Amino acid sequence: MFMHQPILPMLADIWLSPGASTIAGPVDWLFYFILYISTFFFFLILTLLIVFSWKYRYQPGKVQPDAPKHSTALELTWTFIPTVIVIVIFYYGFKQYLNLAVPPPNAYQITVIAQTWSYGFQYPNGSVDDKLHIPAGVPVEMLLESKDVIHGFYVPEFRVKKDIVPGRYNRLWFQCNIPDTYDIYCTQYCGQGHSKMRSTCTVESLAEFNNYLDRLSHPVGPKDQIGLHLYQTRGCMGCHTIDGSKGTGPTWKNMWGNNVDFESGPSLIVDAPYIRESILLPAAKIVKGFPNVMPSFQGQLKDWQIDDIIAFIQTLSDKYKPEPTTRPTSGPTTAPVTASAAAGAGANLAAIGPVDSAK
Amino acid sequence: MSSTPHANPNAVPAVLYVTPPEDNYLTHDKGIMSWIFTLDHKRIGVMYMVAVCTFFLFGGIFALALRTELFYHEAWMVKTFDPVTHQRVVDETATLILYNNMFTLHGAIMVFLFIIPAIPAIIGNIILPIMLGAKDVAFPRLNLMSLWIYWIGASFFVYVLLGGVLNVIGIRLPGGMGLDTGWTFYAPYSTTRSLAGVVPATMGAFTVGFSSILTGVNFITTLHILRPRGMTWFRMPLFLWGLYATSIIQILATPVLAITLLLVIAERTLHVGIFDPAIGGDPVLYQHFFWFYSHPAVYIMILPAMGVISEVISVFSRKHIFGYNFIAFSSIAIALLGFIVWGHHMFVSGQSALTDSIFSLLTFSVAIPSAVKVFNWVATLYRGSIHFKTPMLYALGFIILFMVGGLTGLFLGALSVDVPLHDTYFVIAHFHYVAMGSMLFAFLAGMYYWFPKIFGRMYHENTGRIAALVIFVGFNLAFIPQFIAGTKGMPRRWATYPEKYEIYMRFSTVGAYMMATGLFIVAGNWVHGMSRGRKAPHNPWGSNTLEWRCSSPPPYYNFKKSPVADDPYNLGNWQYVSEEEGWVPRQTEPLPSAPPDRTLPITH
Repeated sequence: MFMHQPILPMLADIWLSPGASTIAGPVDWLFYFILYISTFFFFLILTLLIVFSWKYRYQPGKVQPDAPKHSTALELTWTFIPTVIVIVIFYYGFKQYLNLAVPPPNAYQITVIAQTWSYGFQYPNGSVDDKLHIPAGVPVEMLLESKDVIHGFYVPEFRVKKDIVPGRYNRLWFQCNIPDTYDIYCTQYCGQGHSKMRSTCTVESLAEFNNYLDRLSHPVGPKDQIGLHLYQTRGCMGCHTIDGSKGTGPTWKNMWGNNVDFESGPSLIVDAPYIRESILLPAAKIVKGFPNVMPSFQGQLKDWQIDDIIAFIQTLSDKYKPEPTTRPTSGPTTAPVTASAAAGAGANLAAIGPVDSAK
Repeated sequence: MSSTPHANPNAVPAVLYVTPPEDNYLTHDKGIMSWIFTLDHKRIGVMYMVAVCTFFLFGGIFALALRTELFYHEAWMVKTFDPVTHQRVVDETATLILYNNMFTLHGAIMVFLFIIPAIPAIIGNIILPIMLGAKDVAFPRLNLMSLWIYWIGASFFVYVLLGGVLNVIGIRLPGGMGLDTGWTFYAPYSTTRSLAGVVPATMGAFTVGFSSILTGVNFITTLHILRPRGMTWFRMPLFLWGLYATSIIQILATPVLAITLLLVIAERTLHVGIFDPAIGGDPVLYQHFFWFYSHPAVYIMILPAMGVISEVISVFSRKHIFGYNFIAFSSIAIALLGFIVWGHHMFVSGQSALTDSIFSLLTFSVAIPSAVKVFNWVATLYRGSIHFKTPMLYALGFIILFMVGGLTGLFLGALSVDVPLHDTYFVIAHFHYVAMGSMLFAFLAGMYYWFPKIFGRMYHENTGRIAALVIFVGFNLAFIPQFIAGTKGMPRRWATYPEKYEIYMRFSTVGAYMMATGLFIVAGNWVHGMSRGRKAPHNPWGSNTLEWRCSSPPPYYNFKKSPVADDPYNLGNWQYVSEEEGWVPRQTEPLPSAPPDRTLPITH
């Protein structure tokens, strides 16, 4: 159908990056339709402006012939034609919008949990990742929820966007048939980290997607390695550094086992109960010199995930000496562990075989 | 040009034009108290000019600051000393916080303290009464109060700025530590998070709103009761139609903003629960309240601007404006239609599909009267005799830039195309074309046009023309790349961004600096003109509106005897006299007699 071809492919690259969703074709068509109409009228009026400015410039002694002060015929014409054009533009925009607004009945639902300043994508099996993966060729519906302020969910190359509003569920749907990785941006100003609130959407074959889901719900490896992965993917990295440099929140380097002062109340030594409380009830104790902006992860991190984060934080501190152990050091795995693996040195996340499902 | 010559019983006696009075409104009373407590609309307008232009400078400095940060795609502006490596490193957190303050204050100061008041409070206050041949506005004391209220409201913003600056050196003013919500103050960020400056800033915007409302009341009344003999509604200059339409919006819409801001303050301090979903409120409700005012607000910005353009195009083409009735009606149409389209700012907010669709359809309706005005201005040029003085250059620039702004609005009004473009740089470029490219250009056109009347001196013409060209080029260089960054997906209000957008951001920053340079040239042009310009005649441009019948600058009482108005675009009434470098009444070219007097006598 004509709406699926860009009008002038050569000029397309100036304005729009290639569209990748099923709605992108018609939307881009309408974009170019409006662009070419606008360009036509702009240059028409501009030409008249320039020609009149030149032809009727003041020349000493030259008297211009009389000209009418009004023309109802002209007024009606140049009222009627733009009216028709805008009605046409409205109509196509409206039709395409109905398509955008109504997801297909069999859409695959993924929940987007937005908080300052990261995304969590929760799949139907319950596991959460900070990157979005979807199968190609399948309509996907995003259920958008926010934990705090209004955020935005925007995938430029899919031409879809919706605000993520706390207190309600907004929805949007799309289908992408072209495997690749696409940008996700936050478009509603949400505070300090707004510019950094980004993610990616990886579109892959159904087999690869199922593989991904599997790996997500059954992470394998030493606790602290899983903890590192959680640090990188669940939003901790946005505010806490691990090399001692200053961030929005306290650095995790040399945090474990050392004294910490709070804005109010007695200081204490950082231990597992304190870290757990900081993750679930961050406002309970605010470290001196830092703002009270950490969102709660209540309901978002399972107990074993909190344990793994604690294990990771321990490895960052001088005060922590890992005890040699013959007990399993990874999360929910039943595979036997060798002494070298127990030392926690570089075990591969995907190394060990299938395991029981996470608690 | 008028058609057949016959005797003019209403021609102003030439003797009035020979000697301007020694004493004018600027010199009449001395001392600071005679200014602060003046009732003279012209002095009030000049004081507004000083305040409004000062805030334009602040807002502009913040714009340059944020454009400078955006020159590089990573955060770079704020550096701190790293005790571990003993080097100065970028403090990204502090840079992001600074940037968020800069873009918020740029927007808030520009919208509330510059764009909305500029043409009505400066040019409107000075020119409207003398364009009516009147002694003053209908309520001079209310006018003074509007100015004082503006000062009070502005000082709230100064407090927030001061708080932000002092905070850098460790002094914390209560509630004054900066503002980072964006000028739109969206809840729940503004009501639950954000920096403490939200309360003083919203108090400031609330207060300044009353300055706007009272000016609107004053202008509507003045236009109803103080029009002179001969000036029926349809013999009113189009600048006054523009101010009338603007005043209607000011008095109907601004109170909604006032209440909305009070609700934000209540929410933030008393936790009432109107907008915060955590305690049962609705954030989208805030957006409806906010945009119900803020969309008509943009018509408050543009209608006086269009009025200025109508005057300038006609006078500098030496031709009667084309389509007077349609231009006048379109001003009223824009004012009324502007009230029913606010939802187009909320197409992706989660409001219902039905709401989205209705607002999209209504949004296109408001495009039509604006287009009609553009066609009429271009038609005015036809068979004119065009003089390319500085005001005319800005007016022609206005037409070009307003077309771009208006046409890009079509993209944003179309539902499916708005979805990818909303909250991207495309929107930023769109509104700068209409707010800055159009409104600012019209403001400059009006200031240059009425400069001789206000200050009694001529500005240096060639400097004015060069500055206009620099600003025009700089403006387009600054904002055309932003359209492309937006269509390619770059969100707005981002301090750091993916590297692929850097080329657009860099051109944009260079353009911004170029524009700033042009604006500094304008400032110098005005200051030089005010103090050392050649003395101006009564009517340097040959306009037929009544303000050119008193001296330049006018005496404090404006007119000894109220002039009789005829068709304001009857330029044939005047002829150029080279000794005066100005225009004097043409005694041999008369007019049809004036219609019956329906105006009230002038009283204080």
